[in-house]
Amino acid sequence: MYAALRNRFYTWIFQWRGPEAGAIVLGQRRIFILPTRLGLVFATVLLVMLAGSINYSLGLGFVLTFLLGALGVNAMIHTFRNLANLRITGGRARPVFAGDTALFTIHLENLGDTDRYAIGLTHDRRQASFVDVMARSTMPATAGVAAPRRGVLRPGRLTLFTRFPLGLYYAWAYADLDLRCIVYPRPAPSGLPMPPAASSAGSGTERGQGQEDFSGLRQYHLGDSPRHIAWKAAARDQGLLTKQFTGRAETELWLDWAQLPPQMGVEERLSYLARWVLDAHAAGLAYGLRVPGTSVEAAAGEAQRERCLETLALFDRDP
Amino acid sequence: MTDPKQPIAWHHVRWLLLSLLLVAAPHALHMPAWTIALMAMLAVWRAYVGYARHALPNRWLLLMIALAASIGVFLSYRTIFGRDAGVTLLVIMLGLKLLETRTQRDAMLLSFLGYFLVITNFLYSQTIGTGIYMLACTVFVTATMMSLNYAGSEPPFRAQLRTAGMLLAQSVPLMLVLFLLFPRVPGPLWGLPRDAFAGVSGLSDTMTPGSLSSLVLSDAVAFRVRFDAQMPRAKDLYWRGPVMWDFDGRTWSAQFFFYTAPGIEAAGDLVAYAVTLEPHNRRWMFALDLPARVPPLSLVSTDYQLYSIQPVNSRLHYDMTSFLNARFGEAENRFALRRALQVPPRSNPRAQELGRELRQKHADDEQIIGEMLSMFRRNFVYTLEPPLLGENPVDEFLFSTRSGFCEHYASAFAVVMRAAGVPTRIVTGYQGGEINALGNYLIVRQADAHAWTEVWLANQGWVRVDPTFAVAPVRVDTGISAAVPRTDPLPLMVRPPYEFLRQARLTLDYVANTWNQWVLGYTPERQRSLLAHAGLDDATWEKLTAVLLVVAGVIVAMLTALALRQLKSRARDPVTIAYVRFCDKLRRRGLTREAAEGPVDYARRVERLRPELTPTVEAITRLYVALRYGAESSAIALIELQRRVRQFTA
Repeated sequence: MYAALRNRFYTWIFQWRGPEAGAIVLGQRRIFILPTRLGLVFATVLLVMLAGSINYSLGLGFVLTFLLGALGVNAMIHTFRNLANLRITGGRARPVFAGDTALFTIHLENLGDTDRYAIGLTHDRRQASFVDVMARSTMPATAGVAAPRRGVLRPGRLTLFTRFPLGLYYAWAYADLDLRCIVYPRPAPSGLPMPPAASSAGSGTERGQGQEDFSGLRQYHLGDSPRHIAWKAAARDQGLLTKQFTGRAETELWLDWAQLPPQMGVEERLSYLARWVLDAHAAGLAYGLRVPGTSVEAAAGEAQRERCLETLALFDRDP
Repeated sequence: MTDPKQPIAWHHVRWLLLSLLLVAAPHALHMPAWTIALMAMLAVWRAYVGYARHALPNRWLLLMIALAASIGVFLSYRTIFGRDAGVTLLVIMLGLKLLETRTQRDAMLLSFLGYFLVITNFLYSQTIGTGIYMLACTVFVTATMMSLNYAGSEPPFRAQLRTAGMLLAQSVPLMLVLFLLFPRVPGPLWGLPRDAFAGVSGLSDTMTPGSLSSLVLSDAVAFRVRFDAQMPRAKDLYWRGPVMWDFDGRTWSAQFFFYTAPGIEAAGDLVAYAVTLEPHNRRWMFALDLPARVPPLSLVSTDYQLYSIQPVNSRLHYDMTSFLNARFGEAENRFALRRALQVPPRSNPRAQELGRELRQKHADDEQIIGEMLSMFRRNFVYTLEPPLLGENPVDEFLFSTRSGFCEHYASAFAVVMRAAGVPTRIVTGYQGGEINALGNYLIVRQADAHAWTEVWLANQGWVRVDPTFAVAPVRVDTGISAAVPRTDPLPLMVRPPYEFLRQARLTLDYVANTWNQWVLGYTPERQRSLLAHAGLDDATWEKLTAVLLVVAGVIVAMLTALALRQLKSRARDPVTIAYVRFCDKLRRRGLTREAAEGPVDYARRVERLRPELTPTVEAITRLYVALRYGAESSAIALIELQRRVRQFTA
């Protein structure tokens, strides 16, 4: 009851209006401003200074106190100005696996002639990233949003805020852009063997066997089989690299929902399928995917991996 | 860096240290040496810790230092309250706070304290120089505060100083309005420490030989006077101060006592003027002989001294009128007259003997006075450096040394007169003054301090007799510098040969006086009279607040408009403005230009839908394209475009 009322109040006062398509320009109605705790301390210090000036009849004390008071007012204008008229457009967010943090990028465009410093972007008001947007330029800003479940993640309202230049005020604006991020199912820990290949090509279904040609190394991606990590390179402090193999395009592998044990639940199946997709991709295999209602034709490569994982992510969900 | 709990970087520590040291530096003039050494040590310590990225010292250690320093301050000042002790303690605590400043929030709080430290400097000095220096300090502290609020890239500190200066400059209009209109309350709100106004010089309520001549060495300003009309002649400029009745053989003293006041029998000429009195921490106020009115918050004693209700410890401005050549006190109280005859019997026997002789020679009081003055005129010397006097100073002065300053003459004259049975009292104050033609006002300095006497004559009341005038008439006619020997150590500024210096000094004094009147002396009374001039009579604080809010609101709105104007992208060129107006006219008829539609495509679509508009649309589009994308840049083409757009109707 209370929460609902509060929500209605906030909706009214902050003019929350749901996701907006296109660009948002931070007009005066969108920016809110309140003194920070330090701002209140500053005001208290000024009151003490005023009392002291009255008590000791300090003419210059009055001058200083009023100058700082006016500075406080001016700081409010400048803090407000630091956000005003920023143009915000949504950017892409790279897909993540469930349980990871989705990074939403938005673009802040400064059309004016003044530099804007220390603009923060936050989703949960606990963690924030800061960017400076110089005059007549555009800067990307990133907000991390936890992605606990597979499917489509919409971050909802992001908060842009600033305390610049004096830290006495906190000005903020809500940006509810139509942002989305695909969240893949969390891959199951490896362990379940891959289904056998259903093709005449024969050999090469087992991963990491010696008869395939080693073709090179690439950057490690989440979900790559640990067996393919170039541990020697890792030991040499080169970071995690994954070994790649070629020469198995003829192998056809179907990763099929029906191949999994019948007692498995939906999410568990998806998570195993995701693991298989990653393993097959890491092994450089051509593979197809069958889930109830959809199937992805066999292919190999990065695009195939993404297509399959997205199919798994959106299984039973509206895109 | 905008997370308040984030640790601050070394360069922030550096700016913080520097700005606090700048603000605290003037305090070094009055802080004990050991505290200056302690401050230096703390600053170096913090700088080293910040530079070498060591951990900050243990809190307990700092607490121990704080405790030891407090005890030290107590031992140095014998108190930890008071102005000097309080400020010293504040400075030390700030130094210690620096040593536990780790996060952005700590640093911000410290900059607030920096502002506070600025104001403590004004307890000691409020000159223009101090004001300018402290303004620079304020810019510095503000820049430091700003540097704590950057995230990521930070412009060089000089640029930050400029921005901070700009922020402060933009605040000036609002500051002026607040300064002029903020409802002023007369202070003090709470008790002032006893040493709050220490170290101001001025007259005293006692007079011993040598007390005035030491004051005359100071060229500090006692008060300034602006006359409404013609200034009286120099020999009428007797500024009445403490009146002394009691003599113990060496020292004259003034006591504040009341009895029925004697009346003024004849008024004489009336002069009106305004006095701005420098603080001297005593209660008396100065007026020309004889004060004709009593300013607010003051009273007049029965011997016509003006007293302020409170000690004058801030610059006091009051309007005065005086009677020149008044006759007063004919009906003086007889107890008062008896008091004006008392001399300690065993002191200065020869002077008393002289008085009795004079009484035997003359029956008439005025003849006694005349004989005494002519004695002074004959073989006495007026000097700033009189010989030291012993047990019976009046005797020694009259009969052996015969050289002295005005207090010697006044004192000796009064003693002889009293012995002769003429009621006499001593009046101290100032005589003369220096005219500043630049601001058309009179400066009265401590160097103009003077002592004279008043004798009571039947049928005439109290009559001023200035024995110094008998010895050195020029003292009264042209001032002290002409009256004393050239070798006497007078303040440089009152010596005639330094005319150029004197002129420069007068100019500076004019500036200082304006500063005093308008910045430092902007009291509740002055505020009221200024607003009355502006047509806002009897300004109550409610009225003031209303006016203040309206004016401040206008200023804030203007500032906001100015600040936001820079945010719009640059003003578009007139060509675009004209074309956008054209598009707007079409839009109102439902022909909105698509986001990705070029002007030519748009024109074609409009022509297809509204064929009757073809010629005008085509002309406007052709002009626009030529001006915007083509080589056309003539003013005629632009005017033509603007004309056609203006006349265009869809």
